[in-house]
Amino acid sequence: MGRSVALPGAASVAPVTDPTLAAAVHRAARGQRLTALLLVGPLLLLLLFSFCFPIASLLGRAIYDPTMADSLPRTAAALQAAPDGVPPDPVFAALAEDLLAAKQDNSLYAVAKTLNSLLPAARSHVLRAGRFLQPGQPATRESMTGADPFWGEPDTWFAIRHGVQRFTTTYLLAAIDLRWLPDGGIGQVPEGEAIYRAVFVRTFLVAAAVTIATLILGFPLAWMLANLPNRLSGRLIMLVLLPFWTSILVRTAAWTVLLQKYGLLNDLLLWLHVSSDRFDLMYTRTGMIIAMTHIQLPFTLLPIYSAMRTLQPSQMRAAYSLGARPFTAFRRVYLPQVMPGVAAGALLTFILCLGYFITPALVGGPADQLISNFISNYINVELNWQMAAALSFILLALTLALYGLFTKLLGVDRLKLV
Amino acid sequence: MPVQASETDALVRFVGVQKSYDGHTLAVRDLNLDVNRGEFLTLLGPSGSGKTTTLNMLAGFERPTRGEILLAGRPVDRLPPYQRDIGMVFQNYALFPHMSVAENVAFPLSVRRVARAEAEQRVKRALATVRLEAFGDRRPGQLSGGQQQRVALARALVFEPALVLMDEPLGALDKKLREHMQIEIKLLHEQLGLTVVYVTHDQSEALTMSDRVAVFHDGEVVQLGPPDTLYSRPRTPFVAGFIGENNLLPGRCETVEGAGATIRLQDGTMLHATPVGAVAPGARVVVAIRPEAIRLAETGDNVCRALVRSVIYLGDHQRLICDVANGATLTVKVPPGPGATAGETQALAWSAVDCLAFAADASTDATLNEEWNA
Ligand SMILES: Nc1ncnc2c1ncn2[C@@H]1O[C@H](COP(=O)(O)OP(=O)(O)OP(=O)(O)O)[C@@H](O)[C@H]1O
Ligand SMILES: [Mg+2]
Repeated sequence: MGRSVALPGAASVAPVTDPTLAAAVHRAARGQRLTALLLVGPLLLLLLFSFCFPIASLLGRAIYDPTMADSLPRTAAALQAAPDGVPPDPVFAALAEDLLAAKQDNSLYAVAKTLNSLLPAARSHVLRAGRFLQPGQPATRESMTGADPFWGEPDTWFAIRHGVQRFTTTYLLAAIDLRWLPDGGIGQVPEGEAIYRAVFVRTFLVAAAVTIATLILGFPLAWMLANLPNRLSGRLIMLVLLPFWTSILVRTAAWTVLLQKYGLLNDLLLWLHVSSDRFDLMYTRTGMIIAMTHIQLPFTLLPIYSAMRTLQPSQMRAAYSLGARPFTAFRRVYLPQVMPGVAAGALLTFILCLGYFITPALVGGPADQLISNFISNYINVELNWQMAAALSFILLALTLALYGLFTKLLGVDRLKLV
Repeated sequence: MPVQASETDALVRFVGVQKSYDGHTLAVRDLNLDVNRGEFLTLLGPSGSGKTTTLNMLAGFERPTRGEILLAGRPVDRLPPYQRDIGMVFQNYALFPHMSVAENVAFPLSVRRVARAEAEQRVKRALATVRLEAFGDRRPGQLSGGQQQRVALARALVFEPALVLMDEPLGALDKKLREHMQIEIKLLHEQLGLTVVYVTHDQSEALTMSDRVAVFHDGEVVQLGPPDTLYSRPRTPFVAGFIGENNLLPGRCETVEGAGATIRLQDGTMLHATPVGAVAPGARVVVAIRPEAIRLAETGDNVCRALVRSVIYLGDHQRLICDVANGATLTVKVPPGPGATAGETQALAWSAVDCLAFAADASTDATLNEEWNA
């Protein structure tokens, strides 16, 4: 073009090699970081006390259980010197003393419960021992095994040895259907007792199914909403948000009304002659996924909608004017730009589904219970906080691993939540 | 008038085109416009006058409510935008943020399945044309506004479209860069032999760049012609006020004799003026006088005395704001030097040729009001 006008930009690529400048930039950035820290400080404190500490202390129960160590100190000490298997008399004497002392200060039941979680059915034996042991009568191996053969089993002592450790990996292993073997190795739990791996797999599969279903329903809906005139889309978004204003319990209860064998959905299908038979939807996996999809739809939809909304219409026009057919324009211009929203919505729904509890409990059948139902059962019914903590720990670890993988694949900075 | 372009010269023809978005207001009223091959045509007009709508109909993003658009002689009503082969530069550039600069420029080639090696060559050449060779790997977000603008230009030109549309492409740039880019675009137009339809509401931009300018007002082309014609011979008071600066004064026509007319201003002052179009004695008129047509002199076709309210120094000239007897204000542009000082009374003179009288109607009243409220 032969013109001598200096173009802006040509100069801006020159590298800077002044070390004091780098230091100044660093100092300025530090000031900004400090301000940022001050701004989020209160929130950080709140999170620390109401979120991090409680969770850490709960999860700590998965590996730290001082109940037996505290209640059976003499047994623990005596076991140090004893060989593997059923121990000699002094250990029995120590155990009897400990159990009597525990009975005295009302901690015998706690011991029984803890041992029970390590060894099924151990509870009643411990409580029985509390009854047949007499103060002032030193117990021996013979006297105790005579009164209850349970105390002569190697399994019993294997469980006690583990129980008196304050730190234990037993629960964590149990949460993935593994256990310590008497020979010190790690092995599978017996056939009939292994459940958790299957439950974890089920949880992830259900979460994936719900995520895919919400994507299939949510993406076109988000597209439609994003392309409507402002006023109309605002109102329709209200409809989408409406479910947010009712509790998840109420919505799930509503689904139980709809999904019943003689419920509305079956009535409708019959009336429309879609089928001549009534479907079993209540207490089935299908019904549960339908209800969860309904509840999760807004979570998937909103990030997608917001990504689509912020995409300028001129982007697609530019693609068309440059010669791209609608499908090409969609694939190469539209999709890549709304992808962060799609990923954020899918991730949000997937992670929330991993923790679902009310809907599986009310709509799902016994074979559809997810990991949270088991955790809740351990906390509310079995009062086995160790096992609940261990399962939670595994769930959290899997979730974080998944999140890490996801953001690594996609780049966390590209996630667009709203 | 250059409207005598032959059939074959017209690359684009708008024939009786009308567009309404809502069914009761017209964004474009009745557009009859030819765009000749190789010309630089600017659509100039105030905000909301229908320029973008016209461009969008040509690009295929909107359909005319009535009328027909012909591209190279063929109606394009049924032709989707991606088959029109029209390069377009958007006001906000509309670069694809997830692609690098080179990928952006390669986009029109890759959707046309141009072979990779050739595409690379052409992208390189296009980036060189806008002098951005070194920036191919960057993302659009890492470029300055002017650089983004040039990428958008390269992207719209790389597939060698016969027609390029630009919708206020320089609107977001600062004055200096804008002037620079005006020249760049003009040079590209000449080098590549493009046909350009350019939209702007900046009249000086339109005057600098265009072969012809179509002045839009309320969805209509009020005047079409080369810049100098528009400037020296505006056909309506709107064009007179919109292009360049003008002093507009309301009055009434007294007599008309051949190419001259006498006008009585509201305070009774009589002026010798040149009537534009049909101006009948007794009709209400608007008189337009360019600031640079007024001299500080005692003799001329029209002479009046005015109080110099303020003197504004502008380097190459100075501008006097003068109060004339009837309460109107005249802006006068004179060479720098000791001509006038604020507060003194001066004699102003201008010739009848430079004093245009337009028949007034409702829309001129609106123009006058705008003028005075501004
Ligand atoms: N998508 C639309 N829906 C409804 N009305 C529209 C739409 N686009 C433009 N209009 C109306 O049509 C008229 C012309 O608009 P247009 O965008 O063509 O103006 P313009 O000359 O490009 O103005 P500007 O200089 O502000 O860009 C305006 O009154 C505008 O409100
Ligand atoms: Mg516009």
